This record gives sequence, structure tokens and C-alpha cells, in this order.
Amino acid sequence: MAVAFDEMNGPGGDLRPAYRELARWLKETPPDALEYRRQEAELLFRRIGITFAVYGDAEAQERLIPFDVIPRIISAKEWAILEKGLKQRVRALNMFLRDIYHGRDILRANIVPDDLIFQNPVFRPEMNGQDVPHDVYVHIAGIDIVRVNPEEFFVLEDNARTPSGVSYMLENREIMMRLFPDLFARHRVAPVEKYPDELLSALRSVAPLGASAEPTVALMTPGVYNSAYYEHSFLADKLGIELVEGRDLIVKNDEVFMRTTEGLKRVDVIYRRVDDDFLDPLTFRPDSALGVPGLMSAYAAGNVTLANAVGTGIADDKAVYSYMPEIVKFYLGEEPILKNVPTWRCREPRDLSYVLDHLSELVVKEVHGSGGYGMLIGPAATKATIEAFRDKLKREPEGFIAQPTLALSTCPTCTESGLAPRHVDLRPFVLTGSNHVTIVPGGLTRVALKEGSLVVNSSQGGGTKDTWILDE
Amino acid sequence: MLSRTAENLYWLARYVERAEYLARTIEATLRVTALPNTYIGKTNEWDSALLTAGVSASFYEVYDEADEHNVVDYLSFSPSNPSSIKNCIENARLNSRSVRTALTSEMWDTINSAWIDLQEVWGKGTKTREELARFLRFVQETSLRFDGSAYRTMLRNDAYWFSRLGLHLERADNTARILDVKYHVLLPEEEHVGGPLDYYQWTSILRSVSALTAYHWVYRETLKPWLIADLLILNDSLPRSLASCYGNLVRNLDQIGVAYGRQGAAQRHARGVRNRLEHSHMDDIFQHGVHEFIQEFIADNSRLGEIITKQYLI
Repeated sequence: MAVAFDEMNGPGGDLRPAYRELARWLKETPPDALEYRRQEAELLFRRIGITFAVYGDAEAQERLIPFDVIPRIISAKEWAILEKGLKQRVRALNMFLRDIYHGRDILRANIVPDDLIFQNPVFRPEMNGQDVPHDVYVHIAGIDIVRVNPEEFFVLEDNARTPSGVSYMLENREIMMRLFPDLFARHRVAPVEKYPDELLSALRSVAPLGASAEPTVALMTPGVYNSAYYEHSFLADKLGIELVEGRDLIVKNDEVFMRTTEGLKRVDVIYRRVDDDFLDPLTFRPDSALGVPGLMSAYAAGNVTLANAVGTGIADDKAVYSYMPEIVKFYLGEEPILKNVPTWRCREPRDLSYVLDHLSELVVKEVHGSGGYGMLIGPAATKATIEAFRDKLKREPEGFIAQPTLALSTCPTCTESGLAPRHVDLRPFVLTGSNHVTIVPGGLTRVALKEGSLVVNSSQGGGTKDTWILDE
Repeated sequence: MLSRTAENLYWLARYVERAEYLARTIEATLRVTALPNTYIGKTNEWDSALLTAGVSASFYEVYDEADEHNVVDYLSFSPSNPSSIKNCIENARLNSRSVRTALTSEMWDTINSAWIDLQEVWGKGTKTREELARFLRFVQETSLRFDGSAYRTMLRNDAYWFSRLGLHLERADNTARILDVKYHVLLPEEEHVGGPLDYYQWTSILRSVSALTAYHWVYRETLKPWLIADLLILNDSLPRSLASCYGNLVRNLDQIGVAYGRQGAAQRHARGVRNRLEHSHMDDIFQHGVHEFIQEFIADNSRLGEIITKQYLI
């Protein structure tokens, strides 16, 4: 693999302008002062209780995501391109979803193959012909972006179901401002603190027609044992809305109510962090105790808005992802500003045979997988793992896509042996309301803490960094 | 607010209050048992500690004998005792997590820090009496911090009032329990009243509810059983007295009633109990039997808990 591009030191070891002040500051700051701040940050995270539950890990039911105190910096110019590209992409995603569940022009135009939609387990026939308020499907999108050189950003994944991580974006900034006021004074960092306000106004704007002028918004969580529970409670708190579980809600005459100390209160918009499958035991999994019986009929009656809409999984399917450039062109008539990572669709025989021949060079991902589970990283895998994966691939080729192992950019990161480059990605959060798409300047930078590792997922031991968008 | 949120706040406050009461009980018992036999006689103070905590039956399912080691372990750390201090703090933290949006950051920080310390410092129990003393201090400080931060940082709205309801209901129950277990040493007709034995029993009662100094301020007398009973049952100025708890319960329920624009069985029942306390005199209570009076109170108090649950929390 080629040597990765370093965001601070550049391709040829020349300090990049956005990092000039940071580099100077790092030179002035003794290593033990940095280490002291790192420990302080960890203590703060623990005391505030910013934790992440790891499934199947009984030892550490609640784990801290390691936080790296060296910020990742993106220049205003770079951000302007990203912002434009992200908005374009999310607009297209929303149009695609509306089309898939209504006219299906894109299928008739043979741009996306039918069976990719209709045989997909995340496709929701219940949503066929169902209108959603203001035609917004993906109210909150988390688009994963990687960088391979000074000029090129690639979209790695579109998270259109229930993307998480935004609480880290906000808390990382809070803690950095507390620990490094001096460093902030030397930069002009665009603030991210408006996110909760923007999220609330986006959610309010998509209230159903029958809602009052002050629609009631609630955040629905699977409960304290969910891995992202901290984020759910954090957001509900920042938005000033109730954090509800399924058992707090009840459907009567196709309207949704929450049980309060003053009796039942109608809920108009639900920012749900519960997967489709668990929303309503009458429609989806009957064994789910997390959901609300009748929620889907209230939804169908147009009395409640679900954000994100039901059935958006079809847009963050990794096989559909490979068609995103065509999808953008089809709906917007524009060239996509952000590129896809080149992707082989194993469902296509020619691609499959290429992938099988080059397994040791490729990253192979499950089409419906998430969180870094069930993937093969060819260059880092043993022969036996590769062979086992080869069998899986042959058995069920349509379940996989493959991508080249990209030389993800690196960022200086605190490690046991001092500052060292570590691979990073970026997840900005794109909000769509009734008539606007917004992004706060920033996102969540995830960093692979192990030397050479490309896996940044928190469930796989990745960490996070504060992400600075410079304002000039 | 969500019924579930109110319920969690209510129980959270109960758990914290209970943990503190248990810590006080252990501390007071340790003091009494440290005295020479001639001062305390042959009573088993550890047994009575189990009784006031209301866990005597479940204790004897696990242990044969109530001695310092067994009882301290059972009341403080035992995972099999659902209301051990450790379980109280763990439950309090679980409740806090599910109502984080209703807590101020100071309150969350108190509970979360206590829980972290419990895992890291106190997880394996205590070995020496010094360690135990530090642990008991830690529990009491946690409760003080929690209570103080609730008082100083919470908005005065239903979230605050429901958490106060839990606190005062639990506190009333604790005070009533210790009186019930010790009522026989308060009975004036007993022969040896006034001997050293009673004196140290009385101090231990007052210590358990943090009222020893208060007693002297209020009565300016040596310890007398009917005055102790008067202080803990009827004296409105002692925060842990039954009268004071019911003053607060009525007040908080009224505030909820006003905010919601309607009252119900909980308000009526609490007022009834308070009125009875207001119109009682120690003479009458002794006449009719302290034990009977307290038993009735404990039943009334737990009835209030049921009514509140039915009216607001489900």
C-alpha cells in the first residue's frame, strides 16, 4: 500500500497551512503537559459518563471511546466543497427514496436493477405509495468520508437509518474548549454548538399537517442498554424534548400519545433511534418489546412523523451505494461533487471473479453490515481467513461488495510513543427539514488508534478527535 | 412529564436516602457495640440493625448468626440483599441513567462518581474498621451532595417535587422503623429506665437519624425517652421527624396539584396523616401504645406510596 497522505505534514513532508498554528503550539507544549491534558480529558469523559456500550462484551458493558486531544483541521476552502457535495448527495438520497416508494422512475430507466430493491431485506413494502410529510425521508444523515490525497475526498458510506456519533462531535468540542482555551484563541474555529437547535427546527418543520403550531417532538430510544443510549439522552436533553421508550407511548384512534404524570399527551414528531424492525410489533417483528403497537397505522394515517422515515435502509445499503453517482445524475442532472470509492458489486459475475482473484488486496464488506462487523480486510488477513471468506462470497455473492484498500489520510495522534500518524475518517451530519438542507461545520473524526490499522469504528477500538473547520 | 421519568426520580431519591440511612445505622451500631458490656447489656445490637433495615428475614436465609462482620457485609455490600448500600447506589445510578434529561449535571455527576468509586475503591468490600468508617462517610457524603445539588440546582417543577416525595416518604419510613424496633427502650414504665443501658440505646437511636445534637438544642435536658419520641415523631423542626416529613409530603403534593390544576387521593391521604400527627400528644401516644401508633403510621406511609404510584407514576 502506498504511504498515506498526512493531513498535517502533507504529501512531501511540507507543513500544510491549516495546521501551521497547531504545529507551532505543539512545538511549544512539553509532551508531559499534553499527556496531563489527555488524562484530564479522559477523566472528564468518564465523569460526565459519555460511554458507549459494546455488545457481547460483559467485562466492559459501558466503555469510553478513546478521545485524542490533537484536533483534525479542515480549511474553509476544503469544507466549502464538502458542504456542497454533501447537500447535493442528501438531496438525491431523499429523491431516490421517494421515487422507490412511489413512481420508481429510476427502475424503469434501468439505472438501478429491480431485484436490488425488491429482494432487499431492508426494502419496506409497507411504505409503497405511502406519503411522508414534506417528502423528507432522511432527516438526519451521517455521511462517512475518507480522504486519500490533498485533492480527493471519497464517500465511503451513506448512513441513512439512525446514524450516531453527533454527541461526540458536540462533547469533543466542549472538552477541547475547556482544556485548550489557548489553542482556540490562536484559531478561528467554526462553532458546532448550533446543531441541537438546527435539529429541533428541522424536526419541527416536518410535523404532520394536523399538528398544532407548536408540534410536540420526542426522541425514541430502545433504552439504557442500547449502545448509543448516552447519545439519545444527550440529544433529548439538548433539544429539550422527552426521551421516550416504546412503553411510554400508546396509540389511540391512529394518534400517538405519551404517558405523562398529567395523563396522555399527543406526540407529533418522533426522532426515533429504534430500527424499523422494532418499531411496531403489529407490523414488524411481533416479538419486539421495544416498539409501540399501532405506531405504523398512526404513521399511515399521517398523524405522526417518523425521523428518519421507515424504509430508508434501502438508501444506505452498500450495493445501492455503488449506484450513487448515477442516482445523483438521474435526479439532479448534476455531476456528483463527491466521488464514490470504486466498488465491485459481487452480485455481478465479472466483478465477482475479479474480487475472488484479488481478495488479498481488497476490503470486502457485507452489503447490510455495519459497525465494521463482518468485513474482510485483505492485506491484514491471514490466508485461512481469506479462504473462509472466499467460500462465503461464492455462496452468497449478492451479499457483498468489495473496494480497494485506500490509503486513508493520517493525522498526528497521541500514542504511547508520542505523536504519530494514525488513519482517520470523517462523519459530517446533514439535516433535512421541510425546505432546507443544513450541515453544521464539522463532524465526527474517527481515528484508528492501532498503528497501521484502517478500522476506525468505535466498536472495534477506534477513537475520536475534535474536528475543526477553520473559518477563513 | 413522562410517568416513567417521575417514577425513576421518585425511586432514585428513595435509594439515595435509604443508602444514607443504612450507613448511619451501621455507624450507630458500631458505636454502641464498642462499649463495654456493662453499658449495653446482652442485647444483640446487630440484630436490631437488621430489624431497622427491614432485612432480618432475608439475612437469616444466608447467615446463621448476626455478628458485626456478617451484618456489615450484608447491609453494605451483599449482592443478595436487594437493599444493600451497594445495590441502592447501583439502582440509583441505573435510574439516573434513564432520567438523565431530568437531572441536573451536578446530580448526575454525584451519582455517577459514587458509582465509579463503588466499582473501583469499594468493589471488594472493606477489610478494616478504618476502611469501613471511610466507606460509611463516603455514602453519607454522596447523599449530602446529591440532596444538596438537587436543592441548589433543580428547577422547582414536577421533577423536583417527585424526587422530594421519594425522599420524604423513604425518610419517614426509616425514622418510623427505628422507633418501632427500639420502642421498648422508650417505654417509661420499664424498670431499668434511665440506666446506662438505656442511655446508650437512646443515643444510638438519635445518632441513626442524626438528631443527637438537635435533641440538646431543642430540649436542653438529659436524654429522656418521651422527649426522644416527641422529637422524632411530633417535632416539626427536626428534618427527620415524622411530622416534618409529612409537612414536606403535603407541601410537595400540593405543589404538584397546583401545577397540574387538579388534586387527588394522594393529596387527601397525605393531609390526613399530617393532621393526625399535628393533633397528637406524646401522652396520648404512650397511653395508646407507641408500637401500635408506629405500626399504623408505617402502614399509612406505605399506603401513600401506593396511591402516589397509582395517581401519577403508571
